[in-house]
Amino acid sequence: MTVAQQIITIFICAFATMITRFTPFVVFNSKKPTPKFIQYLGKALPAAIFGMLVVYCLKNVEIVTGAHAIPEVISIILITLVHKWKRNMLLSIGAGTACYMLLVQFVF
Amino acid sequence: MTKFDVLRKAFKSAFPYTIPIFAGFWFLGMAYGIYMKVSGFSFWYTLLMTVVIFGGSLEFVTVSMLLSPFAPLQSFIMALLIQARHLFYGLAMLDKYKGMGWKRFYLIFGLCDETFSINCSVDAPEGVDKGWFMFFVTLLNQTYWVTGSTMGAVLGSFIRFNTEGLDFVMTAMFVVIFLEQLMKEKKHYTAIIGVGASVLCRLIFGADSFMIPTMILILCMLWAFRKPLERSGGLE
Repeated sequence: MTVAQQIITIFICAFATMITRFTPFVVFNSKKPTPKFIQYLGKALPAAIFGMLVVYCLKNVEIVTGAHAIPEVISIILITLVHKWKRNMLLSIGAGTACYMLLVQFVF
Repeated sequence: MTKFDVLRKAFKSAFPYTIPIFAGFWFLGMAYGIYMKVSGFSFWYTLLMTVVIFGGSLEFVTVSMLLSPFAPLQSFIMALLIQARHLFYGLAMLDKYKGMGWKRFYLIFGLCDETFSINCSVDAPEGVDKGWFMFFVTLLNQTYWVTGSTMGAVLGSFIRFNTEGLDFVMTAMFVVIFLEQLMKEKKHYTAIIGVGASVLCRLIFGADSFMIPTMILILCMLWAFRKPLERSGGLE
């Protein structure tokens, strides 16, 4: 690829990203009232999306081979416990990450 | 309150929420910058890509596109498919991003996974301008990503301490945000739909191509169960 082609490829990727980010706002602009079904989606989607993102982060975890997802499971249980206990985002995230790093570096 | 006070207050309340993303983006960004460097690209490419694309997973894929023969249409379609989940974020943020003036453009431009998670789940504290609050969340996050990646591209080869597993910080953050959502809502039907559909599609379609089927399945289920979901009253 020439430098020009590389720059074009980068801007194609940027353009595609902008299409996916701007489309909902352009289609459902503030001048017309948003259809009822879309309003419903706006409320129903966040919980579903956050669940989807957790699975998305864990998509490459191997359950059958390797460490059998044990470091991930232990760390997520720890995050849940710490978060139920103190409900402090930074503390929960820090504890979970530290636990995971120790497990993958020294145990598994 | 002067304009400057409004800005300072918004910045001060936005910053703490972005700290986990600071850790995650610097780590992932460094990894990305190093990857770009070893793939033979100068840090200018890294800088350009993190500024104009600002979407981690696509940027990693773009590296392999740049190393292959020029194929604009294929690159375009692939980028659309990888980024399709952003359509969901827009639908969920239609109301929250209303009436933000010129800031709205940047808020939408910078609506990556992490920024969406914070701006969707956190409300600006009392007395803080919510437009500027969300603006600073977006701007800080992008700043972390751009600086982390560019630093990785410039200094990558000097890192010596064992960072294995640090990337889990992103997973941990999404888990905590999901927990917050569960603790906040009364009924968990839509959360169950989200997790269930994702796990099912991951098992059927594999790690690299399950997101599009997942999103279609979630939409179909929300459409099919709209009546009972609205009647159960779990949606705010």
